[in-house]
Formats: sequence, C-alpha cells, structure tokens
Amino acid sequence: MSDKRRPISVMVNAERIERPVLVRQHLVDFLREELDLTGSHLGCEHGVCGACQVMVDGQVVRGCLTLAVQTDGKQVQTIEGLSDSGELAPLQEAFFKHNALQCGFCSSGMLITALNIVRHHPDSTREEIRDHISGNFCRCTGYQAIVDAIESVLVKNRATEILGASL
Amino acid sequence: MNARMELPARQQESEAQVKGYIGKSSPRAGSKRLLQGRGAYIDDMRLPRLAHVVFLRSPHAHARIKSMDLGEVLKQPGVIGAFTGAQIAQYCTPWVAVLGHLKGIKSAPQHAVAIDRACWQGEPVAAIVAQTRRQAEDALQFAQVDYEVLPVIVEIEDALKGDYVIHPELGDNICFQRELKTDDFDAAFARADVVVEKTYKFARHTGVTNETRAVLADYQPADHSLTVYHATQAPHMMQDIISRHLNIPESNVRIVCKDVGGSFGIKVHVYPDEMATVALSVMLRRPVKFIADRLESFISDIHAREHIATVRMACTKEGDILGFDLNDLTAIGPYSVYPRTSGIEGNQVVNLTGGPYRHKAYRAQLKVVFTNKNVTCQYRAVGHPIAVALTEGIVDEGARALGMDPAEFRRRNLIADDAYPYTFPSGLKFEKLSHHQCLDKLLKLMDYDNLRAEQAALRKQGVYRGIGLAAMIEVTNPSPAFYGVGGARISAQDGATLRLDPSGMLNVLVSVTEQGQGTEAVFAQVAATIVGVTLENVRVVTGDTAVTPYGGGTWASRGAGIGGEAVLQAGKALKANILAVAAAVLKLDAAQLDIADNAVVDRLTGEQRMPLAEVGRVAYFRPDTLPMDFQSELTVTRHFTPREFGFTFTNGIQASYVEVDPETGFIKLLKHWCVEDCGTVINPMLVDEQLRGGVVQGLGGALFEECLYNEEGQMLNGSMADYLVPMAFEMPDIEIAHVCTPTMTSELGAKGAGEAGTAGAPGAVMNAVNDALQPLGGNVIEQPMTPERVLAALGKL
Repeated sequence: MSDKRRPISVMVNAERIERPVLVRQHLVDFLREELDLTGSHLGCEHGVCGACQVMVDGQVVRGCLTLAVQTDGKQVQTIEGLSDSGELAPLQEAFFKHNALQCGFCSSGMLITALNIVRHHPDSTREEIRDHISGNFCRCTGYQAIVDAIESVLVKNRATEILGASL
Repeated sequence: MNARMELPARQQESEAQVKGYIGKSSPRAGSKRLLQGRGAYIDDMRLPRLAHVVFLRSPHAHARIKSMDLGEVLKQPGVIGAFTGAQIAQYCTPWVAVLGHLKGIKSAPQHAVAIDRACWQGEPVAAIVAQTRRQAEDALQFAQVDYEVLPVIVEIEDALKGDYVIHPELGDNICFQRELKTDDFDAAFARADVVVEKTYKFARHTGVTNETRAVLADYQPADHSLTVYHATQAPHMMQDIISRHLNIPESNVRIVCKDVGGSFGIKVHVYPDEMATVALSVMLRRPVKFIADRLESFISDIHAREHIATVRMACTKEGDILGFDLNDLTAIGPYSVYPRTSGIEGNQVVNLTGGPYRHKAYRAQLKVVFTNKNVTCQYRAVGHPIAVALTEGIVDEGARALGMDPAEFRRRNLIADDAYPYTFPSGLKFEKLSHHQCLDKLLKLMDYDNLRAEQAALRKQGVYRGIGLAAMIEVTNPSPAFYGVGGARISAQDGATLRLDPSGMLNVLVSVTEQGQGTEAVFAQVAATIVGVTLENVRVVTGDTAVTPYGGGTWASRGAGIGGEAVLQAGKALKANILAVAAAVLKLDAAQLDIADNAVVDRLTGEQRMPLAEVGRVAYFRPDTLPMDFQSELTVTRHFTPREFGFTFTNGIQASYVEVDPETGFIKLLKHWCVEDCGTVINPMLVDEQLRGGVVQGLGGALFEECLYNEEGQMLNGSMADYLVPMAFEMPDIEIAHVCTPTMTSELGAKGAGEAGTAGAPGAVMNAVNDALQPLGGNVIEQPMTPERVLAALGKL
C-alpha cells in the first residue's frame, strides 16, 4: 500500500496542525497515532459502532470512515477538545449522575452524538433519542441510562428556554 | 457530608443493606475520567521501542500446513520479524484444557500459533512483528502458505456420528459427557398425566466487547521479568499461566489491567494470539502489542452457546410438575478453552435446568462435541440462558397443555420461600431463595392482569401481543468448587488491603478487577461505610498483581459478594487498629470510641475526639509520643472465600411484553421487567444497570445475534455490518425491582448481579413471542428468533 503523504493544515481542538499525512490514513488513526488524542476509540473500523466519532466543522463524522486528508482546511473537535472547552460539561455531568456508561469505551462517540441532539434536535422524545443514538453501540448499559441522561439535559434546556422567554 | 446521614430512601429490608453508603446510588467517581476521553485502555499506551504484532490466520476451517515461507515478509518495510508456530513454541509451551471434576473431559494440546495444522478458520498460523501496525498488516500478504485442506466438521450431528475425528488421538469428537438420573425419575414420568416435550435450538453468538482484546507485553531481559498490560478479568490467573507456559518465575510476571472496555467473559480466557504476543516480547526483548481488530475478533474471540436440546416435563393433571428430562448437545469448536474448559457451559445447563421448581425427578444427558468452528467458552451467564429458556419454554408448554395461566402454573410449582435450605435434584444446594416474593412483585410491577386484558382486547383487533415470564436461579459467589477442585489454578478467594494514609484518607487495594461495572465504586462504598470515612476520602486500586492482594478477579458474578466481603473484613480490622491508636493517644479504652465522618468520636455521644488526620499524623510522624510497647498497624489485609455452599444462588424473574407482526415476522419489544434478589444491594443504580445491560445482552442473543457458518466452516457474517447487536432503538425501557435476601455466608450479605439479566431475558422474550403466536398456531423454537424463523414458525416460509 502506498506511503504517499500530503501536507494538510487543520485546526484540531483549536490548535493549528500543519504536517504531511499519509493519504491512506484515517482521521481517527491520525488523531490517535500522530496527535496522541486517544480519547477517540477504535471499536470496529468499519463505520458501525460510533466509538471513533469526532466533529468536523460541527458535523458528526466517523473517524474511521474519514481520511485525515479530508480535514485539510477544516476544524476538528475531539472528545478532549470538547471536554476542555466545556461544551460537553452539562452532558458529562448528566452521564455521570445517571451512570450512563460502564466501561466508557463508547462514551466519547456517544457524547458527541448527544451533543448533536442537544444542538439540533432539542425537542426529541425518548423514542427519538433512542433513534438518534442508534448509530452508537454500547454493550454495557442497555442504553436506558444514556437515554435518561440525554433526556435530562434536553428537559433542563427546554425549561431554561421557557423561563428565558417568560422573563 | 456525613456518612451516617446518607441513609437511602428505599425501604429498609435488612440491616446490612442500609448502613452508611451501602444501599446508596452514589455515582462512580471513576467515570468522570472516562467521560472526558481520558480513559487509558491498552491501545492508548505509548512505550519506547514498542513493536506491533499481527497474525496470519488460517483461511480454512481445517487444513494441514504443508509449507510456509515468510522470506518475502521479512523484506517488507518496518518488519522486525516473522515467526511460525514452531518458533514460538520454543518459548511458550502448549496447553490442554481439562478439569478433574468434569470427569472424562478431554482435549488436544493447543499451541499459541498453530504447528502443522489449523483447526478453525481464524486460528493463528504465523506472527508478523513490525514497527507499526500498518507495516505488519501490509506485510501479511507476502506470507506464502501451502495448505492441504482437510475434512471439516461443522454440525453437532456430524461430530457425534464420528465418521471423521478431528483429533484422532482422542478417539472420537466428544469432549465431555455427563449423565444424571434421580432414583424416582422413571416412576415420576410413568405416573404423569401430561408429558410435554420440545426441542430447542440456540445458535452461536459472541461477546462483541466494544474494546477488542488487547495485550501489551514488556519483557526485561536484565532480570528475566515481564510486565503484561492486559485487558483481562483475571490478572492473577494470567500471571500463573504466563509464568508456567513461558517458564518465568511467578513473581517476575506482573499483570496490569488498565481501563478495560467491556469483558462479559470474553476476556477471562487464554487466547493463543495473546500468549504468542507475550512470547514474542521475550523473543524480541522489547515491548510488543497486540490489539485484535474487529474482523479478527469475530473469528478469534470465544463464541458461546450453540445447543440443540430436547426437554420433557411431566405433570399431574392438577398442575404439579413431577420431573424434568433434558438431553443437551452442544458444540465447542476444536479445542476446550484454557484453563476454564469448554465443558462448563453444558455442565451448567445440566445443573440448572428446572432450577426454580419443586419437582424431585430429573434426568439429564449432556454431550459436548468438537467441531471445526471457532472455539466456544464461558460468556456472560454461562449456560443459564439455555437452562432458563429450556425450563421456562417447557413450563409454558405445560401450562398451555393444562389450560392454566402461566403465572398461576409457576406459583403452584416454584419452590416455596420457606423451604430452605433446599437440595435440588441435580445436587445443587440453595441457601435461601425468594421465588414467590419475586413473582408477586413482578406481577404487580407489570400489572399482569390488566396487561392480559389489554392483550386479549388487541387480539380481537388483529394485533398480536405476547407476555412471557421466566423465573431463574443464578450461580454467584462461586467457591473453589467451580474451578479449584478440578485442578485449575484459579483463586476462589479474594483479598483487600486497606491503608489509612496520614491525611486520614483510605487507600483500598482489591484483587477483583474493574471492567466498567463499578466494582471500584462499590468497594469504596463498603470501605467508607465500615471504617467511617466519607466517600470522597477513599481511593481504590485494582488490577495490578504487583500491588493488590492475590485473588480471582471478575467472573461468575463474584466481585461484589466476595471482594466486597474482603473489603468489609479489612475495614473492620483497620477500624479497630485506628481506634487502638486513638485510645493510646487519648488514654481511653478503645471500646469507648467509634469513627464517623472522618474522625474518631465518642461511641455514646458522637462527640468528635480526634480527626483521622490527627491519628495518621501521630501514628506515622510522631510514633515516639505513643507508649513504648505500642506499634500502630494502619495497613491491614483480609481475604474472603465462600465455603458453606458451592455457589451462593440468587433468584429472580423476568417478564417480556412484545408485539409480533405476523406478516413480516418482526418482533417489537414493548417493555421488559426484572425482579431480582441479589441479597444486599450495595449501589442500586449500578445493580439496576448491570441488570439492564444484561437483559439487553440476553435479548441480543435471543433476537439478533448469530455467528453464521457455511458447510466449509467459514464464518459468513464476521463484521458488525453483518452481525447484528442490539442498538438503542430496538431496545425497550426495562423496569427493575428487588427482593432482598442477604446471604448469611458473609457479613455483607451481597450476592452477584452481573449475569442475571442475560440469564433470564432469552427465556422471557421467547415465551412472549410464542404467547403472541399462539392464536396463529405458531411456536418458535430456535434462537435468535429472526423474522425468518418467526415466519417459518407460522408456516409462511
């Protein structure tokens, strides 16, 4: 297989990364191996389990189905960056309280899906939350605590919004 | 926060259950790190000079390796070495997985990497080590292997026929067989008014841990020592095995478990590729890492189940069950898996079938056979899902034949709650179970009568809903009777070391491991409660053979019950030692003192006498101020082994409510309930989630998961795109309730809860599906219950 490299310039967690990358290298391998961002996990490497999810320009992508070179000129956010920025804090707190994880291997990807729900589907019902997280495999929890945790954040956000509107 | 104030709001059902943090749903301190992507799984480690190994795996289910040429592999960029089975065997001796108490069990010697012959598709035949994983994978294609394809045994029936024997030196394809018959068996079946009989099939499935198998071995030639970072459930077992098979002194082998991404029994076995990785580290005198990728996980992680079982049940016309008759056939692949053997699953089915009921007559026949598919071994709930589905399936058949309501039929036949201690016909002894309390609670929880009414009303509208019940018993807290008596060097005992640090915090070291289920959290709760400190002042360390006491680890629902009791006993001893220091300082009798809220207090008034930080300061830094003949001991270790019973059984009952579409065969799970009695509940939130996760894993096996093989022994669906696992959308909400019968074999009173969900769910959902199909005359007898099998049961295919 080719070891051809191509230079890219990408913002990863608000840090500019400029370096040649293997054109065959997947984004998640680039993040883990080149940048030591080991919070994104390899569960299946064929796009089913969701453990490798990151955000590219605010969109949820599978790190194992995206090539690193495809992120040239883009913004990549991983679990590490989204944790440090505080963007995930309410969801992390809810996952902690509801014990919406056991081994934690799926959690990075699950939280990124959850953040997408909070941002783009804030009115989701439990059934819809289950639908949205159906691309993220969790073998430990049985999913219910994850649904509970995400739902609690949505409910809280909706209450805040109503409160805000009434003021 | 005062530990004494943290009494749980839930009903106080036993004294042990509601002390301090015991019984409280505290979130796990360790989970915050995981939620920030700061877990440390083995693949996240970085070591200097780390080499990566990949395995060339047999493409054939059975083949002789006529020749192998790795010359071109060695020329590829980054390749450090390429090794055959024979080369690796010079460093790692083969194993044979048998146990003395499974009489007659046999298996063939198995090597880390196959020599001469591969016996399943996926068996490692060569190891390639390179500077990067990518380079090793790229080099794989340059290996030249000439195979002579050998006959293949795929089906149980063909293995039994024995026209071809996989290991000729064993004489036949039978790994293990067991027969059992009570004296009154023939008479019971002769006097029965009704005998129902059914043959059920259970396909193979596998664990699909989210983190695949992982090992990183780091050999130090200078002192002939080995540190193995291993995603395992049983670090001391692995220490012993690596020591013996690589001939390195036991204490020179250190096993360290980092964060483990799910186990479920997958990570409690000895895997050839992992042993080879360890050997390669010794051979190459540098760290070597193996991470299974998902595709090789499907053909090398243990598979589980695969049974064809006929079960008969004899009843009187009044509805009393007289006896069970079981004939179980199960296939395990070409080798019994080391060191626990692949005979245990079938043995459990024999032990447990009919388990919740009060019949006296029982006959069981078991045959465990070799095939040329991937090996099978103990996976979450080991044998229980089969035994429960067989029992509960035939119990529903019996109720139908007698025209009785399935709940009433169970109430009539479940062992009475005051009948304990009780000896079951298979020889198992039950300390104390609560079947009737659980049944009553379940029926109330699910509003059984109204649900039946709703079901009947909907049926008139052409909606086919079904209700299924499954009572169960579960093996937990195993004594040495499980493995030790059979000669396996697997500890049934676990230990805990508690240390009071100078600042008054508790350091807790436990031999049970953390796989994400929350063992560290419950040990912290027990330690904090018993010693009298607040939870945030406790740190727990597990998973390092160089650090923790010796013990068995995590399997067979033993962590909380056994490890928790060791922590409790160590906590009591440490508390006494702390009070001795305080008594010496305060010049009081220790009996006048107690510990609460991180301080020594007056036992009667609760008045604070001395913070633990002060005890620590004096004991460690100013022992000169203590009496000349006084030596403080603020580190204590205690162990616990269950002895009175072979196993501390738990019991429970589950119910499933489903809707079946008779046109498409699709099953929609509407709701699931589980009432479980695991004795003292240390952390209800964690226990409930163990149960829910277990239920979902059981539902996966019952509805979706199947390792499909063709007649050549090739696995057909070895990817996550083709092998279906339960995802959130298909899964129902699961309601959990508890009955609490603490075991008297320990002070803590905790029994196991990790496998109950998986044990009962397949039986419950199968009964629900068949209840839904009953008016249409359908009955599904094969799991997973795919739409195709549902339609076939309805005669539509």
